[in-house]
Amino acid sequence: MRMICLALLAFAEAIALRQAAEASPVQHVLVQMPLLVLAGVLISWDIRGRRVWAVPLLLTALTAFLFWMLPRSVDWALTPAGETAKYLSLPLLLGVPLRLSWPWLAPVLRGFLKANALSMLGVLGFLYTHAPLRICNSYLVSAQQDLGFAFLHLAVVLACIWAVPVLFGHPRWLPSGSAGCSKCGA
Amino acid sequence: MAARFLPSVLAAVAGGGILWLATDGAQAFTSEAARRLDVVQSPRQVPKVLLEDMMSRPVPLLPQAGEVVLVEFIYTVCGDICQIAAADFAEIRDRLQAQGVKARLLSVSFDPERDTPEQMAIYGDAHEADGIMWTIARPEKTALPELLGLFDVIVIPDEWGGYQHNAAIHVITGDGRFSAVYDTDAVEDVLAHLSAVQP
Repeated sequence: MRMICLALLAFAEAIALRQAAEASPVQHVLVQMPLLVLAGVLISWDIRGRRVWAVPLLLTALTAFLFWMLPRSVDWALTPAGETAKYLSLPLLLGVPLRLSWPWLAPVLRGFLKANALSMLGVLGFLYTHAPLRICNSYLVSAQQDLGFAFLHLAVVLACIWAVPVLFGHPRWLPSGSAGCSKCGA
Repeated sequence: MAARFLPSVLAAVAGGGILWLATDGAQAFTSEAARRLDVVQSPRQVPKVLLEDMMSRPVPLLPQAGEVVLVEFIYTVCGDICQIAAADFAEIRDRLQAQGVKARLLSVSFDPERDTPEQMAIYGDAHEADGIMWTIARPEKTALPELLGLFDVIVIPDEWGGYQHNAAIHVITGDGRFSAVYDTDAVEDVLAHLSAVQP
């Protein structure tokens, strides 16, 4: 119940950011969209996925992720049809499948996905800070560069967060199975 | 055995298919590329619109008597890209004139409130647009959204009181259809396109 309330809160927060998303791609791509994914993750937090569905669900999540990473999807997300698609697909086709499949993924695969996320953020950061033209027609060049730097900062932060347990073991102050793996028996 | 892999294979195929469709077959990753591809594949009929030129005369947007119309969207106090684009537009005008191609060039203002005929005449003078083959014109304020929608031009105010917009050269062929988009500096491509549609 608590998780469902938190999911609704994240969803409401994302809708509250509608105006901000139109003005700034950082708010759109790195605040609103992650909140929508978070809403999906939280709403399915207590559901135990089945092992056989792990790979198809992961592929579904990856498809949704790649789709919303396309610059033209970001532009489209500011039109009425695209906005509806965004509010529905990010929680239901990215957040939920990710949450249901994650506990069943082998550590090597998780590491692979994380490493890919970091390198992708790095490439996007470079692209958005150095592109000589506007990648999204709906945003200013300066905003595009802000987004590029935000990608790079996020990559550094995530790298630190993910490297700590690998280098120094799982910190005691974090609840074990913070990704929910123990609960789902993986 | 097959049943174990089937859902994954289906998910992979569906995912790949969705991404293939969403990028027009891995051809268009940005909305600008998508608009250019769409216009070539399905040209759009341009409505009968009258613009007001720098001498306050009405000029039609649609091509007259088999000519080709090249349109670019501008605002006259634009500091950077419109100025460079105007120089390239002038070069296109000169070369079309030399080749004797029947064409008309229009720089259309998307800021009709600020860009009065006097203001447009200053811009025209600065770039040697004499109003014969190439003129500067503005639409009625009420007609502007439809016009920008037709050409998929997105104009957003910038931090310095100006605008940023997806600047390009838009080709309207003799049959009145908007059928190609080129970069503002793609002079050779535009000339090649025109000699192909109008031998």
